[in-house]
Amino acid sequence: MDEPQIYVRLAEIFQDVFDEDSIEVTPELSAKDIDGWDSLTHIRLILTIEKAFKIKFSTSEIGKMENVGDLVALIKVRG
Amino acid sequence: MPINPLYAELQWLPHAPKDYSARLKVLAHLSGPLGRELQALASHALDLNQLTKLAKAIGKVRPDANSDGRSLDPLVPFRLAVLSNSTIDLMVPALVASSARHGIALEVIQPSYDQVAQEALTPDSQVNSSKPDAVLLALDYRALPLKLYLGDAEASSAAVQGVIGYLQALRNGIKSNANAVCIFQTFAPPVETLFGSLDRALPGTLRSLIDAVNRELAKFVSGSGDVLLDVAGVAETVGLADWHNTQLWNMAKLSFSDELIPLYADHVARTVAAIRGKSRKVLILDLDNMVWGGVIGDDGLGGIQIAQGDARGEAHLAVQRLALDLRQRGIVLAVSSKNSDEVARQPFEKHPEMLLKLDHIAVFQANWNDKATNIQAIAEELSLGLDAMVFLDDNPVERGLVRKLLPQVAVPELPEEPAWYARTLAAAGYFEAVAFAAEDLQRAGFYQDNARRANLQKQVGGVDVYLASLEMTITFQPFDATGRARIVQLINKSNQYNLTTRRYTDPAVTDAENDPEVFTLQVRLADIFGDNGMISVVICRTAEVEVWEIDTWLMSCRVLGRKVEYMVLREILEHARAAGIWKLVGSYRPTGRNQLVVDHYARLGFTKAGEDESGLTRWELLVAGAAPESAPMKVVSQGFATAKERSHA
Repeated sequence: MDEPQIYVRLAEIFQDVFDEDSIEVTPELSAKDIDGWDSLTHIRLILTIEKAFKIKFSTSEIGKMENVGDLVALIKVRG
Repeated sequence: MPINPLYAELQWLPHAPKDYSARLKVLAHLSGPLGRELQALASHALDLNQLTKLAKAIGKVRPDANSDGRSLDPLVPFRLAVLSNSTIDLMVPALVASSARHGIALEVIQPSYDQVAQEALTPDSQVNSSKPDAVLLALDYRALPLKLYLGDAEASSAAVQGVIGYLQALRNGIKSNANAVCIFQTFAPPVETLFGSLDRALPGTLRSLIDAVNRELAKFVSGSGDVLLDVAGVAETVGLADWHNTQLWNMAKLSFSDELIPLYADHVARTVAAIRGKSRKVLILDLDNMVWGGVIGDDGLGGIQIAQGDARGEAHLAVQRLALDLRQRGIVLAVSSKNSDEVARQPFEKHPEMLLKLDHIAVFQANWNDKATNIQAIAEELSLGLDAMVFLDDNPVERGLVRKLLPQVAVPELPEEPAWYARTLAAAGYFEAVAFAAEDLQRAGFYQDNARRANLQKQVGGVDVYLASLEMTITFQPFDATGRARIVQLINKSNQYNLTTRRYTDPAVTDAENDPEVFTLQVRLADIFGDNGMISVVICRTAEVEVWEIDTWLMSCRVLGRKVEYMVLREILEHARAAGIWKLVGSYRPTGRNQLVVDHYARLGFTKAGEDESGLTRWELLVAGAAPESAPMKVVSQGFATAKERSHA
């Protein structure tokens, strides 16, 4: 999958997990930008992304992610 | 390796509708109580995100949350406190949404993380003050005061008693402070073993300690008024290695894999519903391709598959065996079949391999009417609500009809392969029970299983609308080489919807195909569930000048009730007009197996022209002015020679 396709898919996932159609996914997007993006929603988000892209992140990778850009970089490597 | 999807994806439930999210958004704008719509939405195979959305929508509309809250009737309210040593935040919305599926408006009391003993034992704790109806002790093995006592039977036994003592103390706290029912979970042991097989056998290993705890817990709960939730059993069913997700425990203290939250939540919901007496009580069985392989009306007693040693037959016997065992524990059995009553009863009365007998069946509905109307009649006959019924049918069209017209009836999705029918029904857990008494053994008999027939009081409305939603396409073609084998099969196999029961061999069919004086039709029907293939065959011969005699008209019973025969007549008439035919004549020859079509021509608007002593009736229809009703299907007519070509032949 190329980067634009990844962002399109991620937008769908974010909108689904946060139940918010207006979310725009940019590389800088992070937890402070969305209401309700707490540690547990983060887990739910990561799990949904893993299933959608059929990949698994390691614990330390999840721990190191700071924003969507980091996430996308990992998806590109894994996917 | 995916987790067994039957369990992980709750495959007995239909997929969520495409407008699922949209329907959630407009919930607040619906008039009246919201319980039915909530239960309808919940009664799909929902993943964690979908369950979470549903719970959020319920949260927005429920009356206790805000002043303009709406009634959740007829969902029954239930307040459940959840005590756990693990993180339950992800699971709580799933519990609320899954409870709606089982007719319960669940409110969850969720104290702070890992405060199990504090909440149970402190009189004015959040949990105890909230006066819950039940407290779910969602503990996993990590919460238990256990350590290894390898090979030391005495110490192991004491350790097990210690665990039971701890659980008892929690129970006593809850009982004296909140007087709530306690739902105890059994414990799924960790996957890792120290020895291998010896972990099971040697006292004092974690596995044998947990085995013992589970056994003692079951004894302790039995007959106490409290309830056991066999999480160990669920974990075993999907596989311990899939149940446990160590990475998720490390990251977020989730007790088990997030992928199994929908399954776990459904089990909790079933348990709560059972406490409230909302488990289902009746299993209504379809017959053809459910209780036996094949179609009794066409295959006859010798042709249906039930025999031991026959792979297909074994699958259907398993359904019978499960039905009988359910009956033994108090579930009432009924039958809803599209067959004549006499033909449907034959295997019960005469087939040596049938496990089910007529006196196991409380109500036996076999007729040609739609199944929704019949199930309604069964419910009235048993004086039970539709929400007590489970309906098992291999035909997705029938399942869709009953779900649409009688949404309170549980209709499990079934896989194509019959070998999994029994397992799928069991997996759905419609008959969950939290107690078992001697009276339960007698309950089925109380309904006097004399296979009685319920009178159909009134038709259930909406069948036509449902049929229109099937997006049917009917395809008409003349006989050709491609269709010949199936045409010959239908001609020789059809017994019930067969007007004249003329049997033709392959060469005779080929002759008809090539004879310009003979008009032939092979009819196919497809719908939203798939292609039914060829389902009707017609042969018209030029009898006198410009008159067609309908030599053969047969149809598969699988497509009864969909007005196919009206569309077939319309097609015949179109070609008749083009060929200058002014009259159609047909006959009904009774054979003892085709009583079903005695009024076929009458219904299609033919006039009766005569009858002889054998019961054979003759019918006529003038082509000019004949206007049979149409059905909502797309018509494809192809492969026919044009009238011009035909008249030159």
